[in-house]
Amino acid sequence: MSGPSSSPTRPPQAAPAETAAAAIEVSHLTKVFGSRTAVADVSFSVARGEVFGFLGPNGAGKTTTVRILGTLIAPTSGTAVVAGLPLGPASAAEIRQHISIMPEAPGLYRRLTVNENLDYFARLYGLPRRQQRISEALAAVGLADRAHDLTGSLSKGLRQRAALARTLLNDPSVMFLDEPTSGLDPVASHEVQVLITSLRDRGVTVFLTTHRLDEAERLCDRVAIMSTSLRTIGRPAELREALFSRSLAIATAAPLAQPDQVFTGLPSVRGWHATSPAATSPANYVLAVTDPARAAPPVTRALVAAGADVLSIAEPQHTLEDVYLELVEDTEGRTR
Amino acid sequence: MSMSATRIGAVIRKELAEFRRNRFILTTTAIFPIVFLVSPTAQILAIKTTALSTVLERRVQTGLFLPLLIPVFVPAILAAYAVVGEREQGTLEPVLTTPVSRLEFLLGKAAAIFLPAIAISYLMFGVFVAITQFAATPAVATAVLHAPQLPAALVFVPLLAAWAIWVGLAISARATDTRVAQQLSILGSLPPVAVTALMSFDVISPTFTVAAALAGGLLVIDVLACFAVARVFDRERLITGTKPTAEQRYRVRGA
Repeated sequence: MSGPSSSPTRPPQAAPAETAAAAIEVSHLTKVFGSRTAVADVSFSVARGEVFGFLGPNGAGKTTTVRILGTLIAPTSGTAVVAGLPLGPASAAEIRQHISIMPEAPGLYRRLTVNENLDYFARLYGLPRRQQRISEALAAVGLADRAHDLTGSLSKGLRQRAALARTLLNDPSVMFLDEPTSGLDPVASHEVQVLITSLRDRGVTVFLTTHRLDEAERLCDRVAIMSTSLRTIGRPAELREALFSRSLAIATAAPLAQPDQVFTGLPSVRGWHATSPAATSPANYVLAVTDPARAAPPVTRALVAAGADVLSIAEPQHTLEDVYLELVEDTEGRTR
Repeated sequence: MSMSATRIGAVIRKELAEFRRNRFILTTTAIFPIVFLVSPTAQILAIKTTALSTVLERRVQTGLFLPLLIPVFVPAILAAYAVVGEREQGTLEPVLTTPVSRLEFLLGKAAAIFLPAIAISYLMFGVFVAITQFAATPAVATAVLHAPQLPAALVFVPLLAAWAIWVGLAISARATDTRVAQQLSILGSLPPVAVTALMSFDVISPTFTVAAALAGGLLVIDVLACFAVARVFDRERLITGTKPTAEQRYRVRGA
């Protein structure tokens, strides 16, 4: 796969939703199928050029939201703006001209070649210089040499790439990608992630639905966690901070004789508790702190002064997966 | 957004390319024409020179009626596969995310079925008439060539095909299984055949006026059926299997 070879991680930058015009603006979106509510009162905005992660368990309403924003189904209530156009019957066709959607299943005609599949879609978009656009799209996903293969003869991973090439054809301003790395090997996944990063660099808004939380954490400027309604939204780091209190984890070679005396009164330290049974070695403690960087030096000095052999002192790292599990399990627990 | 010939052409092109590589479609489109050509041809050729004029007339009527089932059965089967087949392959959703309107999509599908169906039907009629002219007795050959049912049949071929296509597409848009769609589609395409059968067997005299009136009526029905199918073709129902409420549905043409 050609394209940038840099690591597909997010560069630090200001919150996109606050600094750029919104590519997607969703307000109180609700979708009801019969007696089942698939999406309930969801509101959020996605800035132009942002990679936005849309996470949630199966049946959380992610695909329904994407289908609504992709003009495939109509909302029961609520409004949205997609690619600068208000969602509705009058603008549906125009919205579709400016966006592309890659569903989870590649949805390719297996009796047609990769080139024929892409040519069909290029014609449906009414694109000029079709063959050039097709070649560029195939090159971007590393499929240029398989253009004349029947898609039915390709592996699942290659079909996924061909589907991704299809979404690039119309040079969309907003892309909805549903599990784009599903079925891909680690190398191919990495290449898709690099491609997504390069799309963001070109100003394309990427709405990424994924179950791969490590991928979302690496790629997404912000993430939203859905479970019928919106559970939370923000930068991965912000979500971690909001959900988990900051702390320092300490390991000493032997239990402290009077830990309360050591930890109480230190700057930034709000409390402590032992995480290993008393009298076991090594001993582990967790300190609740307001600022780990500020708390660590005095804590280290106090431990040394108390004659402790310090094995480690570090701030525990919570992943996006921890945030996700915390929120989703909380929702499921309440549902039960 | 206005109707685009490019998008309709794209659908036609893609459909024809798929038909060429689909063994099931190729077999189906081959079997029916062969059956409906061989049977009447054999009956016509079996007529002896001593046969009574009533027997001759009846055989000719049957011989000209059976090929009329080709433009009914072939498009009915192809049309029934057209939408539900895409759903089963998972290709429908990506197509519906493009700017193609439902009318463009349906017209493309219909034209891709109509053109080969008509070509096959006229070819079979041509082969039938040619065989009778070269291989049948002179009396039979003359009877076939001068039967009033022959020009009527030629006029009804495209009209019957169009009806079968719209019925097939309507069923295909609602069905969840290809086989069921094809069975229902064949049943649904039969009613207009009854009218042509009555004409073929002289129950209704196939005068120019009668044939023109019936053809005109069928043409109007075909046009109305096209728009009726476009209404049935609802993106939300096709994608989710549930029907949107009247307020929710994107009812604007082309949406």
